Amino acid sequence: MSVSFPDKEKKRVEEIIEHYPQKKAAIGDVLYLAQKQFGHISPEVELYVASLLDLPASYVHQIVTFYTMYLENPVGKHLMLLCNNVSCMLCGAEDMLAKVEKKLGIGPGETTKDNKFTLWTVECLGACEMAPCLMIDDKLYGNLTVEKLDKLLDSVE
Amino acid sequence: MAKVKLITRFFEIEDANLLPIYEANGGYAAARKVVTESWPPDKIFSTVKAANLRGLGGAGFPAGMKWSFVPKDAEGPKYLVVNADESEPGTFKDRHIMLKAPHLLLEGAIIAACSINAEDIYIYVRGEYYQPTQSLERAIEEAEDAGFLGKNIFGSHKNIKVHLHRGAGAYICGEETALLSSLEGFKGWPKLKPPFPAVKGLFSKPTIINNVETLSYVPIVIDKGPEYFAKLGVERNGGARLFGISGHVKKPGVYELSLGTPMRELIFDHAGGVRGDRKLKAVIPGGSSCPVLTADEIDVNLDFDSLAKIGSMLGSGGMIIMDETTDMVKVLLRICRFYAFESCGQCTPCREGTGWMTRIMERVASGEGTSQDLDDLYDVAGMIGGNTICPLGDAASLPVLSFVKKFRAEFEAKVSAAKVPAASGKKSAGEEI
Ligand SMILES: Cc1cc2nc3c(=O)[nH]c(=O)nc-3n(C[C@H](O)[C@H](O)[C@H](O)COP(=O)(O)O)c2cc1C
Ligand code: FES
Repeated sequence: MSVSFPDKEKKRVEEIIEHYPQKKAAIGDVLYLAQKQFGHISPEVELYVASLLDLPASYVHQIVTFYTMYLENPVGKHLMLLCNNVSCMLCGAEDMLAKVEKKLGIGPGETTKDNKFTLWTVECLGACEMAPCLMIDDKLYGNLTVEKLDKLLDSVE
Repeated sequence: MAKVKLITRFFEIEDANLLPIYEANGGYAAARKVVTESWPPDKIFSTVKAANLRGLGGAGFPAGMKWSFVPKDAEGPKYLVVNADESEPGTFKDRHIMLKAPHLLLEGAIIAACSINAEDIYIYVRGEYYQPTQSLERAIEEAEDAGFLGKNIFGSHKNIKVHLHRGAGAYICGEETALLSSLEGFKGWPKLKPPFPAVKGLFSKPTIINNVETLSYVPIVIDKGPEYFAKLGVERNGGARLFGISGHVKKPGVYELSLGTPMRELIFDHAGGVRGDRKLKAVIPGGSSCPVLTADEIDVNLDFDSLAKIGSMLGSGGMIIMDETTDMVKVLLRICRFYAFESCGQCTPCREGTGWMTRIMERVASGEGTSQDLDDLYDVAGMIGGNTICPLGDAASLPVLSFVKKFRAEFEAKVSAAKVPAASGKKSAGEEI
């Protein structure tokens, strides 16, 4: 097998498993760990995670495809999640999408040519009081205007 | 009836997310009392029952009563699960609690765990909540170091461990049985009840699931006494809750109001009224699955029973305000797409029905619809509700039924403006789409 965790991550897998009376329950966090380590969950990574948890690879695949936050395919350096649920829509999410499309030249599901940004439109991020809002990687940005968004995109390294 | 500061008190104290500050403001007194005075389970749940604390995740089930359903003679481990999945569109209150008062939640969870003799608490946090997760991680560490969590808590013989579990992006995992499936390492598929989780839940053991906010009120109930809490609200709806208000409103945010406060007071006094002083058109009272209210229906009090009486729900307390410029057809399409995307696919009426409704709504919204479409929409919605394992089916159909009924003229205008396709004829929803 060509993918494998370094020792530190291997230890972390053991720690995660300890939180549950059944090994299978650790799959969620182990997948996050794998995603961090390998960038996305390729079939090879699925196989590796399956071996760590004594599960069939097909089982791991089911989990990866059921949940939206496990990446089956590579994304750009930054993953942008633009909320377009009701409150954000009422407060201008469509203008935000148009701005991103114009400035970066990508639509939902696409990645910029320089591989810097991947854009997803997503459901309510639980931050409707800051509508319209988006996340870039693990950070939340709210109360956006077209101007603020423009500056924000420029500020991302 | 008005604004109160029970949970939000901690939002206003600087650094109340940190243990020393939380403790200096009375934090952990309730849990310490319950643990060191060895309150028996009955005493805990009868206190919470007397306070009329309702479940604030959406369904409003009385909290103390739920805890009493765990069989007393059950052997082996029991679990308390905290529902921090907060994904119902329009809802954001739990995020504020986890960020600003994580110890209040932990304290409430400790007390609830004592009431069912659970030694393990799992907090299921939605995956996108990175900062709230970090805030909880830190709080758990602080509480463990202080001896409030872990072995022999507060110097007693009790052991309570808290485990954080991150979700991974699936709205359905907020539904309690789906959440348990997900926690066990399965897909987030809901299960039929009975057996109820209180009897056979996580890892097949007795399990109580409560929302973040419900548990956060528990220390307050113990501190202030159940009579105080019950009296603050109205009959059967004790105390207060956090209302999240967003959309076309001047001051969106979280407001803590006693239950029974008039809706008008929240919208116009606390949240400043409609943005741009436009006219109010509609309100979704408690998350996107609740039947919509017209501007004429907002003279209602904010408690579970009053909203049920007018055919809607208080739900998660996430209120969405829409002004006169709002295109209701577009909003409903947005809601339909959400439920179609989030249906777990297990039950046919929900899996297929949410897709049908979305495709019909796409047609209506794009001006290609017919009035037959509106009738079909109504029929399909009627066939989903009540015919599924979990209430996501109802959550998807209630908005459709209420939007089309209450804003029929707007929907009619959209379809009558549309050119009628040649040889359309009457078709069943199934074959047409
Ligand atoms: C589709 C669906 C989604 C739900 N999402 C949530 C949620 O995100 N958070 C929550 O606390 N409850 C949610 N619930 C309600 C839970 O099933 C459950 O009633 C609640 O967690 C119980 O806690 P409580 O009694 O303290 O309210 C959802 C229910 C359904 C049907
Ligand atoms: S609708 Fe965008 S955060 Fe809730």
